[in-house]
Amino acid sequence: MKFEIGLATRDAYGEALRDLGDEYSDIVVLDGDLSQSTKTYMFAEKFPERFYNVGIQEANMVGLAAGLASSGLTPFVSSFACFLTNRAYDQMRVSVVYPRLNVKFVASHGGISGGEDGATQQSIEDLALMASLPEMVVCVPADEHATRALTPQLMEWESSCYLRTGRPRAPIVYQPGVDLKIGRAEVLREGTDLTIITCGLLVAEALEAAEALAAESFSVEVVDCHTMKPLDKKTILQSAQKTGAVVVAEEHQVWGGLGSAIALLLGENFPVPFKLIGIEDTYAESGTGEQLLDVYGLTSPYIAEAARGLLS
Amino acid sequence: MKLEELKLLTYDIRSDIVEMIGRAESGHPGSSLSMVELVTALFFEIMELRPDEPDWPERDRFVLSKGHGVPALYSVLARAGYFPLDKLRELRRLGSPLQGHPDYSRLPAVEASTGSLGQGLSISAGIALSACHLDKNFHSFCLLGDGELNEGQVWEAAAFAAHHKLSNLTAIVDYNKFQLDGPVDEIMQMEPMVDKWQAFGWEVQEVDGHDLEQVVEALHWTKDSDHLPRCLIAHTIKGKGVSFMENNNKFHGKAPDQQELADALAELRKARQEVAG
Ligand SMILES: Cc1ncc(C[n+]2csc(CCOP(=O)(O)OP(=O)(O)O)c2C)c(N)n1
Repeated sequence: MKFEIGLATRDAYGEALRDLGDEYSDIVVLDGDLSQSTKTYMFAEKFPERFYNVGIQEANMVGLAAGLASSGLTPFVSSFACFLTNRAYDQMRVSVVYPRLNVKFVASHGGISGGEDGATQQSIEDLALMASLPEMVVCVPADEHATRALTPQLMEWESSCYLRTGRPRAPIVYQPGVDLKIGRAEVLREGTDLTIITCGLLVAEALEAAEALAAESFSVEVVDCHTMKPLDKKTILQSAQKTGAVVVAEEHQVWGGLGSAIALLLGENFPVPFKLIGIEDTYAESGTGEQLLDVYGLTSPYIAEAARGLLS
Repeated sequence: MKLEELKLLTYDIRSDIVEMIGRAESGHPGSSLSMVELVTALFFEIMELRPDEPDWPERDRFVLSKGHGVPALYSVLARAGYFPLDKLRELRRLGSPLQGHPDYSRLPAVEASTGSLGQGLSISAGIALSACHLDKNFHSFCLLGDGELNEGQVWEAAAFAAHHKLSNLTAIVDYNKFQLDGPVDEIMQMEPMVDKWQAFGWEVQEVDGHDLEQVVEALHWTKDSDHLPRCLIAHTIKGKGVSFMENNNKFHGKAPDQQELADALAELRKARQEVAG
């Protein structure tokens, strides 16, 4: 299975945010000296009076956003996923989420596919941290079209949101103009023997794994769970009931991410044989993004192998 | 080492930096080139070290808080004898101890894992504090970026260090006037720089960070303190030594391509020859 390689989701986000600026005059964008990398510079070029590059100070940036939000503006706050979610977690918690303010956090370089910079610039805890904040919406789009579809919907939520984008160019799995909905998981391929649930860059890997398994006469369903929270319980349970086996694959460590959320859902409602593919209890390292996805066991052969384990 | 030899060494280190980053096809050349004289002076003139015994308990400690400048540190460590020079080829390679940012657990002589800016001075203050507890005489050095000073944690550490009179702690600011998205004075003004550190209770000197004689002398001064932590504000040029990288923030985090690498190495070779006479 060959996918066309599209834009990085961070690039698609930069464009989508810039376009959103036309529609909503209450959007104010903050970035922590990474606007070239997070792509908020596109918004900054078009709306310089609504953009603040606050420098390298994530904690202060999130506090500023809280103040802007409590006055009725809608701040979109960006940095790398590692810095935004780790360095400003308490400010998110106490200044933003606890008082139920509405701030949109959009962080790039999610996962390990950022590559050569190494572990400190990668982010394998962000989904766990963000999902642990009450009412926080948590999204991980797979490609440029998904990013364009989901970004404007952040405005429809009254709670704070976290959207994770990625550094590398992403394989295209959706059509332009695709109708995705925050909170609704997308069944990308129907099957009856096993379900693979995933998000982000690994959606293409899961589709490839399903294709490989089809050649072995297994019928595999693939679900893009681009919204980790609120979790689309209905779609996931229906699929598990149909296939009776679930593999989750995510570019995140295994503790507290999408896989944990789905294991909880299934464990409480409909236990089925289950396998989670994620980064085991370790940090990754420097290497190309492709190498790291492979070395840390997140590519299609590993997903297919996990599925075979459950199918046999 | 004689000053002339140190000077020659800085050309070799600059060549190492552009070559490593060029080969890795990623990294931060501008940020590494601005700090060369600072780490050269530290490792070859100022610090008490035993490269063949990297965890010698009495050694002076160096924390690279602006972790993205680590190619400069790797080159200095290799040239000081911590590991063979040809290991520099492994920068940013899968499995290499020469990670994209300093990794304490993979490479002896790296005293702290950094890469999330703003954390190093706290670690260095902790190290300085440990010397008091252990009744040892080692000195703790920390190198920070000017943009990095945006982070509040730096100032928390600065207040702590002055309050506890950590005279065995030195902060060095690589004041190259740029951060990632542009000039520091456009993004987050840090002036008046000297007044800030003084107001936090530090003694401060300013130097030309590319004048080795000044740097060495000032670092001796910071090490000599017996009552307060001292800070060296080193005025530097981002990308120093490679004309098309100097003050060109495009090379903050972008590797030179093949042609640029060849040009950079040729320029450094020629400049070295002129100094060597
Ligand atoms: C906490 C944190 N936020 C953002 C970054 C991304 N980043 C890497 S280098 C850099 C700019 C650093 O500027 P400065 O400290 O002036 O160092 P220079 O590269 O100019 O020497 C930024 C923002 C980071 N590494 N850590």
